[in-house]
Amino acid sequence: MKVLAAMSGGVDSAVAAARAAEAGHDVTGIHLALSRNPKSYRTGARGCCTIEDSNDARRAADLIGIPFYVWDMSERFHEDVVEDFLAEYAGGRTPNPCLRCNEKIKFAAVLDRGLALGFDAVVTGHYAQLRTGTDGLIEMHRAVDMGKDQSYVLGVLTQEQLAHSLFPLGDTAKPEIRAEAERRGLQVAAKPDSHDICFISDGDTGGWLGEKLDSSGPNAVLSSGPIVDGESGEVLGEHEGSWRFTIGQRKGLRIGTPAADGKPRFVLDIEPVSGTVTVGPREALAVSGLTCIRPLWCGTAPTVPTECTVQLRAHGEEHRAVVIPSETGFDVTLLDPASGIAPGQACVIYDGSRVVGSGTIAATSR
Amino acid sequence: MTVYLDHAATTPILSEAAAAMTAQLSSVGNANSLHASGRAARRVVEESRETVARALGCRPGEVVFTSGGTEADNLALKGLFWSRRAADPARTRVLTTSVEHHAVLDPLDWLGEEEDAGIELIAVDHLGRLDLDAFRAAVDASPETVALVSVMWANNEVGTIQPIAEVVEIAHAYGIPVHTDAVQAVGQVPVDFAASGVDAMTVTGHKIGGPYGVGALLVRREVQLTALLHGGGQERDVRSGTIDAPAIAGFAAACELAVKYQPELAVRLAALRDELVAGVQAAAPDAAYNGDPVSDVLHRLPGNAHLTFPGCEGDSLLMLLDARGIECSTGSACNAGVAQPSHVLLAMGCDDEQARASLRFSLGHTSTEADVQALLAAISPVVERARAAGSISRPAGS
Repeated sequence: MKVLAAMSGGVDSAVAAARAAEAGHDVTGIHLALSRNPKSYRTGARGCCTIEDSNDARRAADLIGIPFYVWDMSERFHEDVVEDFLAEYAGGRTPNPCLRCNEKIKFAAVLDRGLALGFDAVVTGHYAQLRTGTDGLIEMHRAVDMGKDQSYVLGVLTQEQLAHSLFPLGDTAKPEIRAEAERRGLQVAAKPDSHDICFISDGDTGGWLGEKLDSSGPNAVLSSGPIVDGESGEVLGEHEGSWRFTIGQRKGLRIGTPAADGKPRFVLDIEPVSGTVTVGPREALAVSGLTCIRPLWCGTAPTVPTECTVQLRAHGEEHRAVVIPSETGFDVTLLDPASGIAPGQACVIYDGSRVVGSGTIAATSR
Repeated sequence: MTVYLDHAATTPILSEAAAAMTAQLSSVGNANSLHASGRAARRVVEESRETVARALGCRPGEVVFTSGGTEADNLALKGLFWSRRAADPARTRVLTTSVEHHAVLDPLDWLGEEEDAGIELIAVDHLGRLDLDAFRAAVDASPETVALVSVMWANNEVGTIQPIAEVVEIAHAYGIPVHTDAVQAVGQVPVDFAASGVDAMTVTGHKIGGPYGVGALLVRREVQLTALLHGGGQERDVRSGTIDAPAIAGFAAACELAVKYQPELAVRLAALRDELVAGVQAAAPDAAYNGDPVSDVLHRLPGNAHLTFPGCEGDSLLMLLDARGIECSTGSACNAGVAQPSHVLLAMGCDDEQARASLRFSLGHTSTEADVQALLAAISPVVERARAAGSISRPAGS
């Protein structure tokens, strides 16, 4: 097959490209430029958009012996991922931009362009496994290395997208990938993993949001507001912008008066219009049901209430649940209670190790 | 087989130039040493200086060897600006065109930001040629405040040749010095420093069949330049640094041959280029030929073909051609490999989309009929595919 290897400049995508080439595919490496003004050097935390990363990807492609190009996806990325990220925070939700990027950029804009240019598939360094099911559909399963499993952030991919994807790393544990990179002579073998949001180069999400969500523009948000006790309604303090909080958060509340029971308080709710952040005890975070919108199914969509497991955050635990199809998506009854679930995050549905689909959490019930 | 159609980026080294360079590489001798080995190296450098001077119509003492075009541009622009302003603090304006190479635009930006220079980018017409009326008006407005003028001889992207004689006439009426970046012109059209009347001219080795990393600023003896590189005082004390005798020998050999064979090369390349353009337009009838359609010494470089393919992304076309062994350029500046829409095309009145939909094919001394035929055999399906991919990488409606 003629395949496009999306190469971030990290070790995983370099080994994925090398494996695809070794498997006999005609591989072309591409690095996605996601920022118009890439920084020359990293400042603080790792980011994906640096010139250094682009060079690392280029050197890996040289060594593998494949052509290499930089594709400018900055405008699409800004519109589909960064703007969405801002709008979600402005709405008091907690988005996951990696899922959004996979849904809109890597396996949409890049894949579509690749298909139009005569490529058959996109290969990435994601840790997930693809196999063909008994019904002939492509199934996506969790990676062998559960510590690295990335099926959660791929839960937005449809059958059509999966049919044009390759994840060559899903059957291997991360330490082996590093050893393999070393063996192949890839300079990125010892490069640290990226964890932070790639477009926030210093890792300070609150500070970055503060700059972008100022009082002007479409995503204007109040830069202060009350912190209110969920039970008594008493105003406990002031905060410096609701985007600094996510549901379940305990740190950074800076409430002067202790709770009557002396126990720590957590963020229970964020109401962005009035800027109200509601807090309460840990017990009040417990969630028994979810309302999910924007459903995306990897294969066949469930039509009746179905018992399954769900994962509610990246690298989060699995919860047994019943998924009930609805008009706008699906509802979830959690059989194992969850705590501190933030609207905006994805609910990814599993049947064993297989990803069934996903939705965006719109509301939770307690 | 590689079909190389990117000679404006760099052109293969001439065997004579490679031989002249390698002959010196194994010789010891600092051209500024006083002993026999030093004198031998110095002799090579001075003979090379004379060769370059003869080829380009200047006196040997007017050749300042540099590390290439970018350094020569920096030396001309900053060196002239500083010395002219030092002589009269009122001289703070620099007049140039909106289609210069980044090696001119960026030093001028720097002068604007760090030295409070007033940088004026004079408009060009839809062919990419300087608007002489606008230029004259900018000079006439207050000639005593103009430190220098810099206008490229020929544009690197669309091949348009600038009206250097008129620029010189207008500027010299007020004693304003003129610099021209002629890196694309030498070897393609006749270039004579003295006859042109310019005060400083940038030339470089690797665009004319010489080695990389060497070039020269030709500068009139009476023109004062402030040095950028300070040290041992080599090159008239305006460009210190140990003289690179091997590279200079290779550069001089290339210069001599490029100028010698320029007339016949120009005829041959113009014919190939016309065939290329006609063939591409036959395969893709909506492809627009950018720049000046008239190809002669006053209008367009003979080796340049620049085309816009509506509905295609230039980098899609480039990648698809590259996969077929055909090498060309999107002709745009790169930042971490991210293509920006060409400032040259934007200045000529193209919109963003047209600017992104363009390719430059540039021919040189190794170009053949077979190269052109290979491109023509490939272009149809490539344009078709690129058009299907369209502008997927950009948001809808942008």
